[in-house]
Amino acid sequence: MRQQMPKQDPQLRRENFNEVALGFTSAQAQTEAQRCLNCKKPLCVQGCPVEIDIPRFIKLLAEGDPEAALAKIKEKNSLPAICGRVCPQENQCEKLCILGKKGEPIAIGALERYCADWGRAHQSGEQLPEVKATKGKVAVVGSGPAGLTAAADLAQMGYQVTVFESLHAPGGVLRYGIPEFRLPKEIVDYEVKYLEKLGVEIKTNFLIGKTLTLKELFDQGYQAIFIGTGAGLPYFLGIPGENLNGVYSANEFLTRVNLMKAYKFPEYDTPICLGQRVAVVGAGNVAMDAARTALRLGAEEVSIVYRRSREEMPARLEEIENAEEEGIIFRLLTNPVRLEGNETGDVTAMICQKMELGEPDASGRRRPVPIPGSEFALPVDTVVVAIGQGPNPILLQGTEGLALNKRGYIEVDPETLMTSIPGVFAGGDIVTGAATVIAAMGAGKKAARAIDRYLTERQ
Amino acid sequence: MKIIDKKQLAPGIMQFIVEAPLIAAKAEPGNFIILRYKEEGERIPLTIADFDRERGTITLVCQGIGKSTKEINQMQKGESFLDLLGPLGQAYPIKKVGTVACVAGGLGVAPLYPKAKALHQAGNRVLSMIGAQRKEMLIMTEEMAAVSDQISFSTDDGSFGYHGFVTDLLRQTLEKEDVHEIVAVGPVPMMAAATKVAKEFNVPIVVSLNALMVDGTGMCGGCRVTVGGETKFCCVDGPAFDGALVNFEELMSRQRYYRKQEQEALHRCRLEEAGK
Ligand SMILES: Cc1cc2nc3c(=O)[nH]c(=O)nc-3n(C[C@H](O)[C@H](O)[C@H](O)COP(=O)(O)OP(=O)(O)OC[C@H]3O[C@@H](n4cnc5c(N)ncnc54)[C@H](O)[C@@H]3O)c2cc1C
Ligand SMILES: Cc1cc2nc3c(=O)[nH]c(=O)nc-3n(C[C@H](O)[C@H](O)[C@H](O)COP(=O)(O)OP(=O)(O)OC[C@H]3O[C@@H](n4cnc5c(N)ncnc54)[C@H](O)[C@@H]3O)c2cc1C
Ligand code: SF4
Ligand code: FES
Repeated sequence: MRQQMPKQDPQLRRENFNEVALGFTSAQAQTEAQRCLNCKKPLCVQGCPVEIDIPRFIKLLAEGDPEAALAKIKEKNSLPAICGRVCPQENQCEKLCILGKKGEPIAIGALERYCADWGRAHQSGEQLPEVKATKGKVAVVGSGPAGLTAAADLAQMGYQVTVFESLHAPGGVLRYGIPEFRLPKEIVDYEVKYLEKLGVEIKTNFLIGKTLTLKELFDQGYQAIFIGTGAGLPYFLGIPGENLNGVYSANEFLTRVNLMKAYKFPEYDTPICLGQRVAVVGAGNVAMDAARTALRLGAEEVSIVYRRSREEMPARLEEIENAEEEGIIFRLLTNPVRLEGNETGDVTAMICQKMELGEPDASGRRRPVPIPGSEFALPVDTVVVAIGQGPNPILLQGTEGLALNKRGYIEVDPETLMTSIPGVFAGGDIVTGAATVIAAMGAGKKAARAIDRYLTERQ
Repeated sequence: MKIIDKKQLAPGIMQFIVEAPLIAAKAEPGNFIILRYKEEGERIPLTIADFDRERGTITLVCQGIGKSTKEINQMQKGESFLDLLGPLGQAYPIKKVGTVACVAGGLGVAPLYPKAKALHQAGNRVLSMIGAQRKEMLIMTEEMAAVSDQISFSTDDGSFGYHGFVTDLLRQTLEKEDVHEIVAVGPVPMMAAATKVAKEFNVPIVVSLNALMVDGTGMCGGCRVTVGGETKFCCVDGPAFDGALVNFEELMSRQRYYRKQEQEALHRCRLEEAGK
């Protein structure tokens, strides 16, 4: 039987920021690993964007050698503690696992996490391969999963790598977006330290496009540049009342809490204003994170407002279940049409419209259409808008000759990830639009290989 | 990020000369920086009040009005800010238009100065008007005088110059002079009042908005302001905007949103001080 990961009790965890999922015990990891059939033609691997040798690492774990299992994972994935926690395995490796046909795929993500956590607990002085940085200088812009992965791989290949990050702390969404209770920041710190041990230099407070331009990076002797600046521009609904006080983008809400640690106010100076009734618009991972964060900050009632139905919710299944267990209310087939406020400009109500599903739209999902006369007022004092993000314009506008696609993201050669500027590569959300941690990492890896080829050929 | 010089300009207002060669190299009038002075600190936006590319320094002027700005003002020469990010925001477009009225209220002189200086250098006739609550709160008067063809002062209590608001000075100037553009920087109510006067005389006005900010890089949207009916991000699209199009009322309301927490922070900070 598939092992279930122990979790913090919903009643307790809704009041703290500690991690919700506690990880397998070693006995559970053993039992689960032994269930794997070690398929000759493992389907699971096809579902893994970075092609981890899944049966092999699971076999090593089943044989009682987590150290070797971790080494196997790290051949392909340099951030297993993170991926084991946040990857949508149910749509990737575990979706294809042959045992899934009977409804019980191997808990690959949980096993990956187990190995990584074992490593953090037991490998204090981890032996790093001695690599001399002799092959040249590469700049990486942005320290999200795409940038961190590209930097790690390039350093291991023998490049001298500098990462430029605009915020005061590295990690990208891992730092400012995904909350502590899902991804402890200690893990992000650990991975960043590992990178520094590899000889990567991380320069925070560097906004490329403003502090330095790409051209100036080349002038400073960097021979190639990887752009991994993510999709950090928050979208708003564009409905009346959206600039009332108490209306946050999910980015602002989560940044105040995660990066600036507003949940520790007044020990930390950055405040957050939170009312008793919070409505979060949207139903992706970002929305779930915002809703569950609001609950932990002490809101009495937190609801998710989403215009489609349950089946279309883009968040990971596990996170939807977690949110439900914690008492988040789901107002589905409900669309906000305007916000109302009081005389001091604070939001007081969200006027919503009930929807029903009509014909499929361009995305193949059934299009929600409003039900006439169904408007109602939802009393709220905080609204968080989590309906998606776009590309941040600062670097894109500050760089001459950088070709963008119709949606405003960077255009790259699909094979090499090279942009329209020779020697400049890009990957992650800034190319694909908001996607996943593992896809960003995959792009970082691919770009690292392409940069190596490019620079080797130019010698 | 090292503070290489610090001096008091007026009660509660400090000027810092900070070593920041990369920012100095790029800074243009209108740009600002975001700084953090300690691990638990907020990200605080401050205007680049002046810059020296050769020495690699920028000048910051900080008025201690809340917990963070008061603590920043405790920083000493020789110490370093923890984080300094910049230059941020759009540079103010400096053109030769003829006669420009430069209007500052309170601390607004600091952000106004680099613009006045550049406008003057570009060959404009610069008429400066500076207002403060009282005489000792007037700052950077010599610097402003050096880049102005004419300068006048006002104080709310009449302790120096014209007794009244700086916007009255603006009105008087517009009555007798042919002004082609107005630049106004100061507290929001003052910029709103200046805009009203400018509209009456049909003169274009540029204001510099100080919306609450977090990242300063367009990532959070907390700094959004309504300009000409459209939502703009003050940190990326601004901070300078066409005053005639700005929704000042919304801006004022948004600035008040954290008042309770700000007072709590300040109160605790006073308690700590008292305990020392
Ligand atoms: C709240 C939230 C929850 C999520 N949950 C999940 C999940 O559970 N599972 C999952 O797989 N995915 C999840 N995602 C999506 C995932 O985090 C992203 O797809 C991934 O982080 C993209 O990585 P990236 O490296 O491309 O960019 P990012 O992680 O966005 O990092 C980009 C970095 O570049 C910096 N930067 C931007 N511009 C500049 C510049 N001009 N100069 C210097 N630095 C710059 C930014 O500050 C940032 O640190 C979530 C996203 C959010 C917001
Ligand atoms: C682009 C920009 C440039 C700025 N330049 C300067 C400068 O050169 N010198 C300077 O002293 N200040 C400047 N400010 C304002 C400065 O950032 C705020 O005074 C500071 O953030 C207040 O922090 P605090 O904790 O000390 O006060 P808080 O306790 O947070 O606030 C005290 C009072 O100040 C108001 N306030 C808070 N934040 C801001 C803000 N961002 N803008 C305006 N009022 C605010 C609050 O509404 C409150 O009434 C600038 C702001 C912006 C956005
Ligand atoms: S498909 Fe499932 S059973 Fe087969 S190797 Fe992969 S994890 Fe093991
Ligand atoms: S301060 Fe965050 S977008 Fe402007």
